[in-house]
Amino acid sequence: MITHPFTYQAPATIEEAVQQLGKGDDAKVIAGGHSLLPLMKLGLAQPETLIDLRHIASLHQIRTEADGTIVIGALATHRDIAHDKTVRAKLAALADAAGEVGDLQVRARGTIGGSLAHADSAADEPAPTLAYDATIRAMGPAGRRDIAARDYFKGTFETALAANEIIAEIRFPAPAGRTGGAYAKFAHPASGFAVTGVAAVVTIKSDGTVERAAIGVAGVAAAAYRATEAERALTGTKADAKAIVEAAAKAANGITALSDLAASAEYRKHLVTVYAKRAIERAIQRARA
Amino acid sequence: MGHTVTVTVNGTSYSREIEPTLLLVEFLRETLALTGTHVGCDTSQCGACTVLVDGRATKACTMLAVQADGATVVTVEGLAKNGDLHPIQRAFAKEHGLQCGFCTPGLMITAVDFLERNASPSDAEIRHAIEGNLCRCTGYHNIVNAIRTASAEMRQAASGEAKIAAEVQP
Amino acid sequence: MTVAANPKYIGTRVARKEDPRLITGEGTFTDDVMLQGVAYMTLVRSPHAHARIRRIDTAAAKKEPGVVAVLTGTDLEATGMLPVFIAVPGMNGSKHMPIATDKARYAGDAVAAVVADSRDAAKRAADLIAVDYEPLPVVVDATKALEPGAPIVHEELGSNLVFTYPVKGGDIDKAFKDAEIKVTQRIVNQRLIPNAMEPRAVAAKFEAGELTLWTTTQIPHFVQLIVALNLGLGQNKVRVIAPEVGGGFGSKLQVYAEELLVGYLSKTLGRPVKWTEERREGYLATIHGRDLVENVEIAAKKDGTILGLRIRTVANVGAYLQAFAPGIPTILHAFIIPGPYKIPAFDVEVRGAYTNTTPVDAYRGAGRPEATFAMERIIDRLADEIGMDPAELRRKNFIPPDAFPFNTISGITYDSGDYEPALDRALAMADYKGFEKRRAEAKARGNYRGIGISTYVEICGLAPSKANSALGVGWGGYESARIRVHATGSVQVFTGTSPHGQGHETSWAQIAADALGVSPNDIEVRHGDTFESPGMGVGTFGSRSLAVGGIAVHKAAEKVREKVVQIGAHLLEASPADVVVENGKVFVKGVPEKAKNFGDISMAAYLANNLPDGMEPGLEATVYYDPPNFTFPFGTHIAEVEIDGETGNVRIERYSACDDCGRQINPMIVDGQLHGGIAQGIGQALYEGAVYDDNGQLLSGSMMEYHVPSAEDIPMFNLDHTVTLTNTNPLGVKGIGEAGTIGSTPAAVNAVIDALSPLGIKHIDMPLGSEKIWRAIRAAGEGRR
Repeated sequence: MITHPFTYQAPATIEEAVQQLGKGDDAKVIAGGHSLLPLMKLGLAQPETLIDLRHIASLHQIRTEADGTIVIGALATHRDIAHDKTVRAKLAALADAAGEVGDLQVRARGTIGGSLAHADSAADEPAPTLAYDATIRAMGPAGRRDIAARDYFKGTFETALAANEIIAEIRFPAPAGRTGGAYAKFAHPASGFAVTGVAAVVTIKSDGTVERAAIGVAGVAAAAYRATEAERALTGTKADAKAIVEAAAKAANGITALSDLAASAEYRKHLVTVYAKRAIERAIQRARA
Repeated sequence: MGHTVTVTVNGTSYSREIEPTLLLVEFLRETLALTGTHVGCDTSQCGACTVLVDGRATKACTMLAVQADGATVVTVEGLAKNGDLHPIQRAFAKEHGLQCGFCTPGLMITAVDFLERNASPSDAEIRHAIEGNLCRCTGYHNIVNAIRTASAEMRQAASGEAKIAAEVQP
Repeated sequence: MTVAANPKYIGTRVARKEDPRLITGEGTFTDDVMLQGVAYMTLVRSPHAHARIRRIDTAAAKKEPGVVAVLTGTDLEATGMLPVFIAVPGMNGSKHMPIATDKARYAGDAVAAVVADSRDAAKRAADLIAVDYEPLPVVVDATKALEPGAPIVHEELGSNLVFTYPVKGGDIDKAFKDAEIKVTQRIVNQRLIPNAMEPRAVAAKFEAGELTLWTTTQIPHFVQLIVALNLGLGQNKVRVIAPEVGGGFGSKLQVYAEELLVGYLSKTLGRPVKWTEERREGYLATIHGRDLVENVEIAAKKDGTILGLRIRTVANVGAYLQAFAPGIPTILHAFIIPGPYKIPAFDVEVRGAYTNTTPVDAYRGAGRPEATFAMERIIDRLADEIGMDPAELRRKNFIPPDAFPFNTISGITYDSGDYEPALDRALAMADYKGFEKRRAEAKARGNYRGIGISTYVEICGLAPSKANSALGVGWGGYESARIRVHATGSVQVFTGTSPHGQGHETSWAQIAADALGVSPNDIEVRHGDTFESPGMGVGTFGSRSLAVGGIAVHKAAEKVREKVVQIGAHLLEASPADVVVENGKVFVKGVPEKAKNFGDISMAAYLANNLPDGMEPGLEATVYYDPPNFTFPFGTHIAEVEIDGETGNVRIERYSACDDCGRQINPMIVDGQLHGGIAQGIGQALYEGAVYDDNGQLLSGSMMEYHVPSAEDIPMFNLDHTVTLTNTNPLGVKGIGEAGTIGSTPAAVNAVIDALSPLGIKHIDMPLGSEKIWRAIRAAGEGRR
């Protein structure tokens, strides 16, 4: 039950949506609704206006541009992403993560745009978004603005998105040649959110040496982050078992971990090292395949 | 401010003036009196309220009725066709996949969506598919059996239909 | 006569008669009851676990559009107190009003009620009620609540001690003096939240002096009784209906505040009133289960012979005593602790304590899972201590099959039992002999694998009314049944039991069908409506329905059958001894071609112009059956787990159980009851636990935090059965509703501890979540360094 009344609008274009959002009253954008509606039901969000993006056709698309950039519309559902052939082939860590969000019903309606805009610290998709160096393209009154994933996640429910901006799409650069990605998750036993979710994206040279490693971590800190020390440790190695373990062991270095009923900060930091190892192992396997 | 929404539910089109605060599950249960869809929690966890919205299993407690304007909804009341039970309904009864029956509509709807996309699932895939539907009575054992049984029946029916189609080819 | 020599339907997998409506959405649950002109009730609940209510300002709420009434505790004292049906000796009972007046005693205690035209308006108005609270010191932990200086939950009682309940037998001092081995283990049996999938709901209308009340209950007749008494209505003017009820597990085994309030408000406001619980509200306001801390000591010889058992228990009853709460940690716990074992000396003392937490009452198993858990953990600890195979230690101490009837050291009499076959079958199913190989394979993967056994005896069939009375239970333990055969031959069975998933409509039809010689399809079983049933039904809880209510149905059907035979003999001009009733026909033995149809006989009963001399017309029988004893199902459960060596995450890889519930009416339903019970028991072992902070705030306050097991958490189950008939009732049936929950929790925990035993780990308290296991593994590693 939602007791706080609001007005509802479903504009046909993103420009119209941006205009409505900018009108000043407490307006919120709704995509799949799987972040916002639960908060509204609990009375924790009480917007005066709800702007539903569902009629904006372009936001639902997943497409590949001429330079290979894979563009995922903000309204693409987790399910669309998890099942998309291109995403599975090129952005396996994203496909994995989208396939692990919540449950079947949540994946059926929840969207990547909604997830990134809401920026729950325990959401899955921020991890691969970071690891693939994606760009979040936002639309605002002044037109579009591209935000690098690294600059985007600021804290729990805090992002670089301005209050008058709407995420239009998430742009994933085409991964280089022998790149493998994977997402490994320790799910909250009750809620299904990530207690620890690690996206590893690894590019290897023909001799098997790691050319580039990117590790995005969700669920652990107030905001999803890149495990840069672990990335550096893995880069240049042959990604043998020892190198993976040593790199993974650094995946929580310098991080202030969250603590709750499901996992203490200490346990979370431990889980990061385990799940970083598992994600890297699978990413390497995929890169080699 | 009221909104007029038109939603096709179980094959019938309904136009109703509603408040935007109304959840889809409230629209179904209270506006349309389709009480087969249940509410088991308030945090989008239990899946008792699952219905098909444009073919996708959806927690009707986590969708506004206004968001369903123009959509096609199937609830448990619409699973049977012309008096013939859906294979998933038959399988739940046959395998004793329900006890109190409260979670059952949501589970069957989730299974229908899942089996549409995975005709021949493993037990592990079945369990993963229904993780968003909590059941406190059955321990899931017979629910997994029921979904497996339904998948076999649906495969058989599909191959039967394919055969008939092949036979009527000139 | 007892059950027919060759029952046709009893013992078969008859398809459930309940299912057609439930799989099509046609079943009506309480919240589905739509009443014309209904108003909605919302309760304002205290956010404080302990606070004096200084003042409640309802002025703003009363002005909210759509509000019908805003009421506080003083306005609602006419509802009377909530009942407690059990009084153990020396009990300090609590005054429990539906709406608190003086102070709130737990977070969730209701302090005001709002009734409005819509749910939204009621909620909005509730938010406008300003309660001036004076927060008081809080006590959450039962042991602390019994310490001097603890905050007192009910000042008028002077302390938080609810009762001290001893059960003793044999010479315990000698047992411990003679012991070659003594093992002590402190066991926390954590608090659980029942989580029936259907939240509670109540709807009521008051018309022409008659109150009709729909409610989510396991005990509609008790609700009727208390509502009538408390609201000053004749019992004939209170109709309570439990329509479809979406699971209970003890959580709907109450007369709740909301039932009295909705009944009272619909009567006084003159319009229908409805209340539907929200899940998070239910986490606060629906009873919790378990919550015991036990200190368990066992005395034994080095060869494994048990000499004695001493247990000191503190039970947290929460802020108020609920309907059956005094009987759970006492009667249903202490008496059954010995389980299947010969225990020469026994000394148990249970103390109950009030705390500032949600009241605790029966949750599936209700005392027996706690008893079995204590016994089965200490048995495994003893096996570990003396280096004996846990299966063999159990076998060694089993009560032998020739010892029945067996008087336990706790003072009850097991009528029957044969424990070794169930153990042996379970061991075979579990490939117990081949386990060490699997342990070694897991080790090679970096994981820990363990196997755990639990053997149990439980107590069902509650209860002989005189035994009830002796134990302090304030109501008889009988059950009622009425069978009505209409003139046309259609059969209705009215039962006092109140199923909520157990399939009584099917099983009772099978029982009646065999007695009446008709098909279960021709029998309709009706329940849960106090105006349809016999005058009183006791209800469905404690695995009692079959062994008491099912027998009542059997006996009523036998009575009807006897009359069918008499009428048949009269019409066929034969001796009643020669009349056969089967397949819907009544005929003289050997002359089936000259049969009368069952419907001919029933028609004759109502035409009444050709009946044996002196016979009353009609074909109907009512039976109140009071059992002569409890029943004692038993079995062995074996869990095999693998623990992720890196994370501590536990997975159940294999689960085998052999249970003995006596004769099975419907094996499909029996297995279903076990599946669900085992899953709930695994939930307690691995996943579930209500967590309060020191201020009495429930941290595990929603399904987001409290882990109700999903399909991914639970394995497939391998089930087998032995059949040892009880001679307590004519069908030889015992009960199976809770056996799974009783057997599974210790099996799962014993398996986890077995997996970790190579590290020297002896015990970890439930739930065995990943972090806890990981810490134990790490601590053991550090300890050995």
